[in-house]
This record gives sequence, structure tokens and C-alpha cells, in this order.
Amino acid sequence: MSKPIDNQTVKFYQTGTLTVGNRLLDPEQRTVQASAERTNAITCGHRACQGCGEALGARYALDAAMRATDGQLICVNATGCLEVFTTPYPETSWQVSWLHSLFGNAAAVASGVAAAQRVKKRPQVRVIAQGGDGGTTDIGFGCLSGMFERNDDVLYICYDNEGYMNTGVQRSSATPGGARTATTPAVGEAPGNVFGTGKNVPLIAMAHNIPYVATASVADLHDLEAKATKAMSIRGARYLHVMVPCPLGWGSAAHDTIKLARLAMESGFFPLFEAEHGVVTSSRAIRRKVPVIEYLKPQKRFAHLFKPDNPHGSEALARLQAQADENCRRFNLLRDEGAV
Amino acid sequence: MSHQHPFAITLDVGTSLANRTGTWRTTKPVYGDHLPPCNAQCPAGENIQGWLFHAESGDYRAAWDVLMRDNPLPAVMGRACYHTCEGACNRGKLDEAVSIHAVERFLGDLAIREGWRVAADAPPSGKKVLVVGAGPSGLSAAYHLARLGHAVTLADAGPKAGGMMRFGIPKYRLPRDVLDAEIQRIVDLGVELKLNAKIDDIPAAMKDGGYDACFAAIGAHLAKKVDIPAVSAGRILDAVSVLRSMESGEEPPKLGRRVVVYGGGNTAIDVARTAKRLGAEEALIVYRRTREMMPAHDFEVEEALEEGVAVHWLRTIKRLDDGEMVVEKMALDEKGWPQPTGEVETIGADTLILALGQDVDVSVVTQIPGVTVNKDHTVAVGPDLMTGYPGLFCGGDMVPSERTVTVAVGHGKKAARCIDAYLKGESYAAPPKAAVAVHDRLNTWYYSDAPASVQPTLDLLRRQSSFDEVKGGLDESNALFEARRCLSCGNCFECDNCFGVCPDNAVIKLGPGNRFKFNYDFCKGCGLCAAECPCGAIDMVPEDL
Amino acid sequence: MLKQIEGSHAMAEAIALCRPEVICAYPITPQTHIVEGLAEMVRDGHLNDCEYINVESEFAALSVGIGSSAAGARTYTATSSQGLLFMMEAVYNASGLGLPIVMTLGNRAIGAPINIWNDHSDAMSVRDAGWIMLFAETNQEAVDLHIQAFKLAEELSCPVMVNVDGFILTHAVERVDIPSQEQVDAFLPPFDPVQSVDPAKPMSIGAMVGPEAFMEVRYLAHHKQMRALERIPAMAEEYKAIFGRESGGLIRSYRCEDAETVVVAMGSVIGTLKDMVDEMREAGAKIGVVSICSFRPFPLDDVRQALLDAHRVVVVEKALAVGMGGVLASHVRMALRGHPTRVYTLIAGLGGRPILKSSLKDFMARAAAEPHYDVHFLDLKEDLVSAEIRRMDAVRRAGPIAENVLRRLGPNAQTVL
Repeated sequence: MSKPIDNQTVKFYQTGTLTVGNRLLDPEQRTVQASAERTNAITCGHRACQGCGEALGARYALDAAMRATDGQLICVNATGCLEVFTTPYPETSWQVSWLHSLFGNAAAVASGVAAAQRVKKRPQVRVIAQGGDGGTTDIGFGCLSGMFERNDDVLYICYDNEGYMNTGVQRSSATPGGARTATTPAVGEAPGNVFGTGKNVPLIAMAHNIPYVATASVADLHDLEAKATKAMSIRGARYLHVMVPCPLGWGSAAHDTIKLARLAMESGFFPLFEAEHGVVTSSRAIRRKVPVIEYLKPQKRFAHLFKPDNPHGSEALARLQAQADENCRRFNLLRDEGAV
Repeated sequence: MSHQHPFAITLDVGTSLANRTGTWRTTKPVYGDHLPPCNAQCPAGENIQGWLFHAESGDYRAAWDVLMRDNPLPAVMGRACYHTCEGACNRGKLDEAVSIHAVERFLGDLAIREGWRVAADAPPSGKKVLVVGAGPSGLSAAYHLARLGHAVTLADAGPKAGGMMRFGIPKYRLPRDVLDAEIQRIVDLGVELKLNAKIDDIPAAMKDGGYDACFAAIGAHLAKKVDIPAVSAGRILDAVSVLRSMESGEEPPKLGRRVVVYGGGNTAIDVARTAKRLGAEEALIVYRRTREMMPAHDFEVEEALEEGVAVHWLRTIKRLDDGEMVVEKMALDEKGWPQPTGEVETIGADTLILALGQDVDVSVVTQIPGVTVNKDHTVAVGPDLMTGYPGLFCGGDMVPSERTVTVAVGHGKKAARCIDAYLKGESYAAPPKAAVAVHDRLNTWYYSDAPASVQPTLDLLRRQSSFDEVKGGLDESNALFEARRCLSCGNCFECDNCFGVCPDNAVIKLGPGNRFKFNYDFCKGCGLCAAECPCGAIDMVPEDL
Repeated sequence: MLKQIEGSHAMAEAIALCRPEVICAYPITPQTHIVEGLAEMVRDGHLNDCEYINVESEFAALSVGIGSSAAGARTYTATSSQGLLFMMEAVYNASGLGLPIVMTLGNRAIGAPINIWNDHSDAMSVRDAGWIMLFAETNQEAVDLHIQAFKLAEELSCPVMVNVDGFILTHAVERVDIPSQEQVDAFLPPFDPVQSVDPAKPMSIGAMVGPEAFMEVRYLAHHKQMRALERIPAMAEEYKAIFGRESGGLIRSYRCEDAETVVVAMGSVIGTLKDMVDEMREAGAKIGVVSICSFRPFPLDDVRQALLDAHRVVVVEKALAVGMGGVLASHVRMALRGHPTRVYTLIAGLGGRPILKSSLKDFMARAAAEPHYDVHFLDLKEDLVSAEIRRMDAVRRAGPIAENVLRRLGPNAQTVL
């Protein structure tokens, strides 16, 4: 029998850290999701749509946080899809300690939970607030900003599916320009959502000078888990903004959820980065650059932009591409990290 | 259970397990083992993805054991096989094909170094089988028959076992210690090897020896001739004889200063390179078609060119004079076929070696009742490789097929299975083949970027004068790297993607080596698992509604 | 310990004695002095093991309180007026989740027009929000009610709102007996929540409840308040046993024996009414006062019993249900349903208008002759509203009422009270 090979001599592992697990990697290098012992913060039987990105993103983030805190976690949830599909009486899918109050106050409620842990001298118990983009970037924004400003010991996670999906797909301040929603129909002179200056909550979070801000995607689990884990290693206000495609709201196939998140990431449309105390400290380089239209095309909410009789379609597509290009420049996404 | 907490607004954790969302499903995911294109392509029927899987984790013994289920000669095949598997490899569309042969060779060499052995899989059957011809086909058949529990006698007319592996493939491509070691391992399995034992009457030999069946694989040794007017007949040799003479311990043939080889197959390349090594200043291949049409493999042509072998495309030899040769230029017609142009040129040549293919010496079978010989001097066999004479099976170069070591090894395995079934009074039915895992099935985004490893190559200077092996093997780390380039097309390699990407936690992880199963109570049929499976091991199947 | 002290500071001291663990503060007049007092006590070490959180809005104030209370911490906040409306969604949520938060409401009018002075409009806007609502007559009672409020809230898992009249109580400096820590500790046990968000015992709190159970949830909330009807008087007795004072309870009657006219009111105006009753009794009038301390739960039976013998009931209330009339009067009528007692609605003191004893006496004197079904407004400037109504009838674009009224009052508007 030959001597057993030391796996670490060859730094190439077939799929490396691109897949959820990898039997060739040391167990500690695999994701939390690869473990049969993962917490399953959200368990089976929830009523999310088929292929729900938010159900996935929430389980990813919370399972990682559960591991990072040794299960000493309390979750506060804003009203929204995630809350509704997990806790219709008499059943809940949550397996973590979970509290839902209102649509716009998750950050504040979490501040209160964190305050209680401080006063009860339970520093090991950590608090996460979570909500969709509506509950975060719109109605919950005041409470979010307050929590940031006080630097309360809360990790706020926004699962961004770019609209009010629970109420039937209306526009939020996180809806991209040109996107069709129930309140930005694809009719008229400027079909779909208006192109504004946007509301970039990760950057706004950074402006609060809080210890940690990051963006993540369900398309890069290792990255997401690393950020959730890092966030839990830090005290004070932290913000994690996770892109979670919504098949219903985006008009995409249920099986394309991760693919779309990947295309958003690889086109530069949704940049992944980290910032500490207001300064960008890292970004995830694009692996295989794709044009933004590859991301947009499988989504019915952008279908009107591709119609030949839409006089503004190409201009809108160019603007969306320009946004991605600007992200690439701003976050240095197009750098060669080398093979493997 | 008593609920101490407020009614309705507070709920006990995990209670949604009562809500079986599986009823939402219209299509369901199903795991399958699809046929990787390499496996589908392999003439020896190797489970390439299967043994690479073990090699990926550094479990070379397990890899070698899987390899040995189909091929008893991995060290030989890792060198001599033209690895058409690599042409089929899906990784080729990504960056470069997995260097399957190099890993196979690594495993074969490692097994020789470590002295790994295999044992029979079945208890002795009490049946005796005669195998005629100890080439790749005969050796393979003998090996597989022995593993199936049959007593095998392997008879060969020559002084050494190996057939064309020894007498056709130059040792700079296949070192003889490697060949000897792999043959010896077959013998050690209990195969009785009889050398210098030419069998002229197979039925009689079967009857006399009490054999229940016979597999004949005597190869194709008769060089094809072409009528070329020559001043001195002695200057025209055939490639088979030249290559054979290199092995028979005789004085190496005197080929002269300028050697011309006529033909475009691998044998032509082999003999030209041999001539170069024997000291020919010029080794020139004349071929009547273009390089693209040459049956010889590209990498061999490349190596030959590197070593100084010259090739004249689109030429036919008209006649051989003393010290020179007249050739006629050819041109492709509109259909792409070479046609004579009438234009001739003269080439300096001391020796002409014909490498125009070989025929089977069918004399040994023509007299056997029921055996049919085809027009092209091959022996007619059924799908089970049996001839019209009950119990006599034929394979390798002597039956209609592509004539490669790999095909021959495959014939040996197939014949062994068919003979085994025949001996049990059954007929062998190959298990149904799964659909090929084509490139479109894969989600290649998940594979790390990694170009193929390069095998070390002997210095050009030394290649022109010595018969040392040209291609070196991969070292362990290179072999491991190369194995890990495998995409595992169509076969779960436990990357946990399905387990991770299911929004409904409806995938159950069964633990290392046991893969996964679906929890259809909760699977909503979204198809994310199938879409994000890197290797395409999951099919979405419509539900019966 | 007797102190000459501002009401807000007295309340702050009482709240501190209750050992709150989380205090959420957002400034709004007139409750501000309470949270300022608490801030000082937290900073100077008088109040330990307490997280004092400066939030960014009233909505956040109560939301933070929801979180801390749900996590098992004794939680306090205070607000007034617009602030209460801004936290409205959380007000309902706190009670829906059964969180024993104690909140002081420094009662103040609601705009527009913006007005910082006292009335009960804010309290009446949350009367159906599921909170227990207590009204303090004096600063001494304000102190006592806060101590009782924590006990009541935590026993019943229900938030309690202590209503104190803005300025009249919050900013009044008077003699108040501040209890000792020993007394408070003897009365108020440590907070032992029926449930809390806790990783050691995970559960999902705040589920979505549909038609199949929502009515039951609401019924149970009502049931909780019905239980409070029993606990509130009992608790007042317990309080008296330790502190030696009558404070709280459901209602209190003052000189109602043989009274033909009974005045019903809530909060600090009771003091004025008592003085009025004393004077009128001296003059031979058969008049008394019933003070409603517990507006939620509303003690229908107690009120009915207290008023059954009266010939007429005058409800003096500091809120107007616009388009309807009196809120408290409606409640009193409900208490007296089936009984022929005449119930008068007297809206008084809106937006800080002084409730003059003389004006009250005038009304009481002529009440028997007044129609009981009208809504009466105490000291309403009849000429002013008549003129304004005429002007609005005459001019389409009459402009905003408040500004017009001010203009009509002229440069001396501030002094015409």
C-alpha cells in the first residue's frame, strides 16, 4: 500500500470552494450547508414558492451564524415573505429563537433584544435582524439607520429580491431601473421602473461608519458564509445585504434562482464586497465576466426592454450595463486572481 | 403536548414538518448515473470516471481496483492506448481534456511498484478454457476468465507473451519491463502460459486438452504488400518484420542511411522512428493522402516530426531504383480523394519499408467446421464473438474491428463474459447503457479552472539515438491534480450542491460514499438541484398527476 | 420619603425604584422630563443594570421596547401626543404580543393645529389598542400607579399605559411621598416572563394568524382585560397594605352619597372637580364626583353601581370624538344602559384650555335645564366659532381655521384665556 497522500500538497480540488461541499477539502473548509448536522434554521414545510431565493439565503446566513455563535442566536424578523411563509399559524418552520413584530421595526426590535442580553449579562447570545428589501430599504430604513447610528450589537441581514413580493410584486427602492412591477408597469413612455439615482443601502450603511458591511449572494455560498461568520465575530452594528432572486417577482424559472444570482454577480450588476468602518476592504473578483443582458434576459420583468418595438429598450439596457461597468470600476471586480 | 405560551401567536419550533409541501410538485428530481462520454468512448469499456473518482481522493488502490475490473493492463494501456476517451472528454470544451491516459499509467506503474495483485472473484468453476494468442486480446480474455473462476491455458506461438504489444509497439513507447510485469500478474492469477506453442488444429486441441471453450486471438501479422518494381528486392522490407526483429534478439536490421516508409498509419510512424533510432540519417514517410487524412495519431506524428522524421504527403511510390525512388505527386479531386497527377519526383532511398497494414493468417481457422472467413480475411463472429463452431470465440485483430490494443483488450473482456455465460448454458446480455452525459447536462461554472498537466518528455537529442521511453509518467501530485480535473460527468461526486441549494431542505445527505436521496414529502420540484448539479447527475421527471 | 418635587422627576424616581432594565427614550413634550430624570439616574449610578437607549423616533422607542421585553427585560418608555400616534403600529403590536411594557403617556392634544398642551386626545386614540390604561389624579398617584403598573403588566403579560396630564402633573412641583426601595421590592417581584426569546428554549413568537384563530386571539386579549378588572382593585389593596395609601383601583367616588348630580372625569381635573363639589355641597347642592382610574379595562359594573342613584351624570372629558361627541360619556352611557339617568357630555380643556371651577359650577347649576343629548363645550368662544362658520359659509377659499381664529383673536391671542 502506498503512503497516504497528503491532500494539502495539491491545492486543486476539482470544484474547489465553488460547490456547496467538496469531499476533497478538509471538513473545516467546507460550507456549513455541506454538513448533515447543519441547523436548518428554516426547516421543511415552509410555504415559500418553488425555487425561493429568500428561503435559501436565510437558511444559508442563519445556519452559518448559528455555527459561529454555537447556537446562541436570536432572530428578529420584519414582516414580509420570509415571515409569512415560515410562520402561518399553527406551524412554524423556524428552529431558531425567532421574534416577529412589524414590517418597519426589525432593526429596533433587535436593538431591544440586544439590550436585554447586555443587561442580563448574556454576552454569548447574539442577535440578528432580518427582512426583505422593502422592510429594510424603505419602511424599516429609519429604524435601521438608528440601530446603525447607536452601533447596537445587531447584525441586520437584508434579503434583497428587489421588490415587494409578498404583496404582489410592487416597486421598492431596491427595484432596478427598467424593471416591470405591479406599480411600474411596462407601458408608456418610460416603461418599467424609473431610472433614478438609486438607494444603495450598503453604501449608506457604510456612511454610518459601522464596523462591518458586506454584500453577498446565494450564488456564492462560501463567500456568504464567510461574511456571516465574520459578521458574528464582530461586536456592534453590522449589515449584510444578500441578493436573493425571486422567481415569482422576476418572472424567472424556479430552477434559475441561483443562476440569476450568479449572472448578477458575474456581470458586475450586483457587486460583492466588504467594508469595515466605512472603508471597502475587499471585493469578490468576477470569475467569468458576462454582459448584463445575459442576466436580464431570462427575467420577464425586463422582457419589454428586449422588444424590438420598444424605442427605449436599448437605452435602458445600456444604462443597466453602465451600472454594472461602474460597479466593476468602483469595486475593482475585473482583476485577475489567477487560475485555481 | 401542553403549550405554556400564548395561543396562536407563539409556536413550537419546527412544526411546519406537518405541512407536506411535496404535494405541490409537478416534476420530481431523480438521481441517475449517466454514462460519461469517456466511458462511452472507451473500447475496453473502462469505467474511467469511476476510477478517477477514487484517484481524486488519493485512494489509488481503490482506483486501480476499479480500473482492473475492466482492464488488466493499465500500465500498458496508459502508454499504448490512443485514448480516444480524451477526445470525448467534456473538459475539452472547458479548457483541455483530462489526461486520462497519464493517470491510468500512473496507477498502472504504481501498482507494479507496489506489487498490487487481484484475486479471482468467483470460486473455481471446474471449466477449462483455452486461449490461443497471448496478445492484448488473449491476455485480457485469460485474465477475465480466470477472475470468473475458470481454469485458463494461454497458448502462444511466439517465444514471449504480449503479441503486438511486444512485437509491434517500439519500446520507446512501451518499455518491456512494464509489459512483462503486467503479463506476469495475469499469470500469477493462475493462468497457465504456454509459449512457443503454435496450435494448428483448435478443435483437436480443445478435445485433447478437455477444454470447454476456446478464445482465439491470433492477431493480424501478415504484412500487406504492394507491387513496386525494384532493382533489388532485398531493399524492400515490411514494417511488421522490422519491428518484430527488434524484439527477437536478432541483430537489428541493416536499414541503410536513407530509409523511406510507405504508409500513413501508426505502424508507419513507429517504424520510421525506429529507423531513426537505429541510425538512419534520413527517415522519410511517403503517404498518398494529406496529413489530415492520415490514420496515425496526431501526437505520434508530432513526436516523429520532432525527432526528425520527414513526411511527404500526397505521393505514391512508382518504383525503387538503386539508391533512389521515383514518386508521383497526387492531388485531391473535388470529392477530396487523391488522384495521380502524372508529375513525378525522385527521392534518395536505401531501404523502403512498407507499412500498408496487416492481414490475418486465417489458415488456422479455415478448416474448422462452421467457421466463416470474411472477404477481408477476418473471421466472422456473432455479437457474442462466437464463431460458427460451438465454443470457439474469436477476437482482437482477427475479427472485423479497429485494430488497437484497447479494442483488443475490450474483446478479451467481452469474450470472457460471453464464454462464462456459454459455460453456464446462458447467453451474455450486457446491462443496458445509461444515456451519455453530454456537455449540455453540466453546470461547468462550478469547476475550478485548471489546464491539463504536461507529462515530462525525453530530451530530443536522446530520442534520436536511444530506445528510452519518450514520455515520462506523472508524479503523484501531478496525477492527483489531473484526476481532480475530471468533471465526473453524469455521476454524483458528492459536491453537496443539491443538498445545499434546495430551498426546501428536501435533500437527505447519506454520508460519505453514499450520496444523497430526495425527501419527496417536501420537495416542491423547483429543479434547483438539477440546475446546479455540476455534473448533471439529476433528471427532472414529470410526476404522474 | 416626602419630597417637594416636580411630577416628572417624582415619576422618574418611582420608575427607577421598579428596577427597569431597558428604558427607551425619545423626546416629546411634555413627557421629556421623565426620561431626562431617568437618564440622569442611569448616568449617576442611582439606577444600575439598566440599558438607557436614545432612539430615533417613538416608533423605534416602543419597537426597541418590544424587543427588550420579549427578551425578558423589564422595559419602560414614555411618550405623548404625536409621538404616540407615530408609534401606533407598535402600540397594537406590543399588546398583541402580550409584552408587559410600562409606558407613561404625558397626555397632550393632537394636531393639527400643533398644540403641546394637555388634553386626552392622545389617550383616546389608542383606547382599543389592547393596553391597560390608568389615569392619575395627582402626582402622588402617578408615582403609585407606575409601581402598580409594572406588577399588573407582568402578572397579566399585558402592557400598561399610565396617563398623566401634561404640564398639569408632569411639570407641577408639589409634595410627593417617594416610596423606599424596600417597599417597592416587597411589592414588585422580579420580572418572570411567561415566555421570552431565548436560544435555550427556541420558539417562534409573532406568528401570522388567519381567520381560523384570529378571533380567539382577540377574545383572549379581552379576557385578559376582564381579569384585570379583578386584579386592579386587589392590587390597590395590596399596595395600600405596604405603602399605606389609597392609590389606583378602578374608580373612586367622592361625596356621591345622596348625590343627585355626579360628575365623572379622569385625571387631574378630578382635583378641580372635588373643590367644586366641596363648594357646591357647602351651598347645599347634592353633587359628587366619580373618578375613573382604569379606563382600560373599563369598569362598566363599578361605574353603573356608582351612578345608579344619581339623577344626572355630567361627564367632563378632555377629548372630543369629532363627529360624535364624548368618548368617556359614551362609556358611561353604556354603563348605565337601560337606566333612565341623564348623561351629559361636557367637553372641556381641549388643547390646554383651563378648566375653570367657576365655569364648571355654572354648568352644574344649569345642567338640569340643559338638553342632555347635546354635546356641551365648556367655555367655548361661541362668538368666535359663529363668526368663523359664517365666514366659511360666505367664502369658498376661507383658508385654514386655526390661523383665522388666531387672526380674529388679534395680537393678544395668548392672553385671552
